[in-house]
Amino acid sequence: MTNHWVDIKNADVVLIMGGNAAEAHPCGFKWVTEAKAHNKARLVVVDPRFTRSAALADYYAPIRTGTDIAFLGGVIKYLLDSGKYQKEYVRNYTNAGFVVNAGYGFDNGIFSGYDPQKRSYDPASWAYEMGPDGYAVVDPTLEHPRCVLQVMKRHYARYTPEMVQKVCGTPPEAFLKVCEYLASTGVPGRVMTILYALGWTQHSQGAQMIRTGAIVQLLLGNIGLPGGGMNALRGHSNIQGLTDLGLLSNALPGYLTLAGDKEQDYEAYIAKRTLKPLRPNQTSYWQNYPKFHVSLMKAWWGKAATRENHWAYDYLPKLDRLYDVLQAFELMSQGKMNGYICQGFNPLAAFPDKAKISAGLAQLKFLVVIDPLATETSEFWKNYGEFNDVEPSKIATTVFRLPCTCFAEEEGSLTNSSRWLQWHWKGAEAPGAARGDAEIIAGLFGRLRALYAKEGGAFPDPIRDLTWPYKVGESPSAEDLAREFNGKALADLADPKDAGKLLARSGEQLASFAMLRDDGSTASGCWIYCGAWTQAGNQMARRDNADPWNDGQTLGWAWAWPVNRRILYNGASVDPAGKPWSPRSHLTAWNGSAWAGSDVPDQRIDAAPDQHVGPFIMTAEGVAKLFVPSGMAEGPLPEHYEPFESPVAANLLSPGNPRSFSNPAARLFAGDAARLGKPEQFPYAATTYRLTEHFHYWTKHAHIPAVLQPQQFVEIGSDLAAQKGIANGARVKVWSKRGYIVAVAVVTRRIKAMDCNGTTVHHIGIPIHWGFKGVANAGYLANTLTPFVGDANTQTPEFKSFTVNIEKA
Amino acid sequence: MDMDRRQFFKACTGGLAGSSLALLGFSPEAVLAETRNFKLTHATETRNTCTYCSVGCGIIMYGLGDKAKNAASAIIHIEGDPDHPVNRGTLCPKGAALLDLVHSQSRLKYPQVREAGADTWTTISWDEALDRIARLMKDDRDRHFVARNGEGATVNRWLSTGMLAASASSNESGYLTHKVMRSLGMLIFDNQARV
Repeated sequence: MTNHWVDIKNADVVLIMGGNAAEAHPCGFKWVTEAKAHNKARLVVVDPRFTRSAALADYYAPIRTGTDIAFLGGVIKYLLDSGKYQKEYVRNYTNAGFVVNAGYGFDNGIFSGYDPQKRSYDPASWAYEMGPDGYAVVDPTLEHPRCVLQVMKRHYARYTPEMVQKVCGTPPEAFLKVCEYLASTGVPGRVMTILYALGWTQHSQGAQMIRTGAIVQLLLGNIGLPGGGMNALRGHSNIQGLTDLGLLSNALPGYLTLAGDKEQDYEAYIAKRTLKPLRPNQTSYWQNYPKFHVSLMKAWWGKAATRENHWAYDYLPKLDRLYDVLQAFELMSQGKMNGYICQGFNPLAAFPDKAKISAGLAQLKFLVVIDPLATETSEFWKNYGEFNDVEPSKIATTVFRLPCTCFAEEEGSLTNSSRWLQWHWKGAEAPGAARGDAEIIAGLFGRLRALYAKEGGAFPDPIRDLTWPYKVGESPSAEDLAREFNGKALADLADPKDAGKLLARSGEQLASFAMLRDDGSTASGCWIYCGAWTQAGNQMARRDNADPWNDGQTLGWAWAWPVNRRILYNGASVDPAGKPWSPRSHLTAWNGSAWAGSDVPDQRIDAAPDQHVGPFIMTAEGVAKLFVPSGMAEGPLPEHYEPFESPVAANLLSPGNPRSFSNPAARLFAGDAARLGKPEQFPYAATTYRLTEHFHYWTKHAHIPAVLQPQQFVEIGSDLAAQKGIANGARVKVWSKRGYIVAVAVVTRRIKAMDCNGTTVHHIGIPIHWGFKGVANAGYLANTLTPFVGDANTQTPEFKSFTVNIEKA
Repeated sequence: MDMDRRQFFKACTGGLAGSSLALLGFSPEAVLAETRNFKLTHATETRNTCTYCSVGCGIIMYGLGDKAKNAASAIIHIEGDPDHPVNRGTLCPKGAALLDLVHSQSRLKYPQVREAGADTWTTISWDEALDRIARLMKDDRDRHFVARNGEGATVNRWLSTGMLAASASSNESGYLTHKVMRSLGMLIFDNQARV
């Protein structure tokens, strides 16, 4: 989240789209209720289903699954045509005036630079026009025909209310009503927040759906303000933390990135990531990349990371492609992987196309499952009849199952979606011989290191030299690890502004990432977490819930990254003169000599307004990007593409172009293309989701949730039920090209048939929570049905839009 | 008589119930009405965070045992933390039932192995489990580690073994997991954020 849960209370309008907070984040959703009750906020919900969030909405509009870009593209057109956007914000705080290269183009669904063989773009033609001064050319009048605002006007001209109706199935009056609610916040003094979750990420164009929402928020001037922002509600309790810590195939801690094969030259690797300002006087905070990177390498390899060996650059692996989970199971199914470790992760249930996942696991030599619970993955080899029909004797994978502690039996920090690192304490011992995750990993690593010391082997250097400064080496404590990712001084750090002054003595914990150096004199395992455990102690364990400004910022509760800031980009909450856009905002204001307020200012503290330092300090532009010159796989502006399995025959926004029916830059493996269905056999749009009583595949192991929602079901609209002769409570078989499930039908008026350009589209809702392990009634893994294709940028699977058929069982 | 509530309950459970209650000046009805608090009065409170979704609700766990070295602890009740700025003491249906997850009959207790082709689990020791896994990992890494790609460029990666990390584990566990796995050259490495 750019903002945070409590801050929702400051909103005037709440848009929930691509999520269902009332169901999936109930205690966070209470702040929507608070905004409605005490801030006269209006809640707008756009969803294929009339959800629990919709039940509390002031206005609900239906939408066909997977068409959110068409809908929000229509909103962008509405705002630009009507002029109901925050013009001063757009002019000063976005790249609306930046002039795009003359080579940029867009033709019937495809942007310039496309290579159909590689299914990828060369983004060179999307770049800004550069001036003779070395900076990007900007037209502050926003009238240059190639400035971003004008490019956007042309791009979204096709996204009319009639087009929205045909593509999304949303009636024009409903669409325009939503536009009016949103546009009401395009003035200083009124703010909207957008709350979204996996309903936006789990599409083949999910990242661009989120960007479309962000563009709407920028046009309305709602980013950086209390009650505003783009708020990813996220999933697991520490999914934010593991993302921050970079546990992803292409990442390093703190959003640093691994090098590619072609980046053999360390200086070039660093230079590419050290973003130089594109406009005069801008912060471009990624200019500090070398400090963050060198401090990470010092934390991991200590004295072995030297200036001479480029801070152990070659100790890190290099990428020849993205090794996301879909790529991993593709390799596995080809027999190219031997080992796999699942730590608190149940891929047989969580990944698409269960049959492919199961076949992949069966090709492994060994599988290691580290979990508090007996998961489906750990027993993928065992026959559970119709729910898991396999023959153990034919599966040669050796499976180890290691019991670990659960939350109640360990201490440490979790980062919630508000970016708060909250410390928790151990309440009891784990059952039996279960061990903590850190102890298990340390046990494996200690053995590996000993084997390499004894026997030698392939490139033992990074294993031999890895720092291990923990007081109890076999079981590193949470305190030791938290101190390490925060970071410390490796030498006395003199103040660069005053050589006689020491900022920190050698060995002391660092107070903030502003203290990090690129000369090897600091170590920090995750630069954005620097400040979590300072010389003053554990900041994550703070429990002062005081809210002196009554705006919900509670700066003394836990610790938020970065530098305890609660609202990102809060420098944009003030006008260019340094005065808050709204008299209700206290986040930050210029007091004549410094920025100060109820939050930690997101600005250089002494950057006076007349210096025109843009509030988006992480971008090279200093402003937010409506148009992205690079970094998005499928284009600089969001464009609607159909899901890979769609119930309609044509993409009406680029008619007649087979290349742009679905995301032209998404990766689809050949074997999986053959496992996609066509509307003739699979006419119904399907979408998977969670229920409030359950959490993924865990709560079926717990009695009360298993009693609250004991039996697998699917939801279908009454129109489809009547057509198919399916009674409420009847058993139905739902199948896709990849497999089938059998479940009870819940016939409901909360899912209505939609008319999309003459095609009647029925949705089938598929809750995900059942499986063949646990205390709830056994059921089918819902991901038996889902397709093996992901978002073009993140490869997050398209769980939210695919097609099925249905019959009485 | 100077007696706090805790001492009062002690007196009652110590066999002084019945007629002596009247001597103490209390009515037995009040004691019967207090049974829930009675249990928690003896419990040790521990602050924690709900393990389910990313709202990060504060919880208070009530445990038997005072955390003394020889006192076995057990969580007996979990409820919302009223001091927490987000949930203010409330929990959702699954959060309110967290205790059932802690004590689930599906909790794993001992390391186990399922040998190739077998249809049952065998319980093994931690040493045997970790020794065997480390051996398998090292042999695989030594055999398949790619120091240089086809063009002779240094790449130092290990692609034949991968890992999924747990996004319900702590930052500290996650950090250590990342540090260790990347030192092995592992690239097939993701957490739930990928899905």
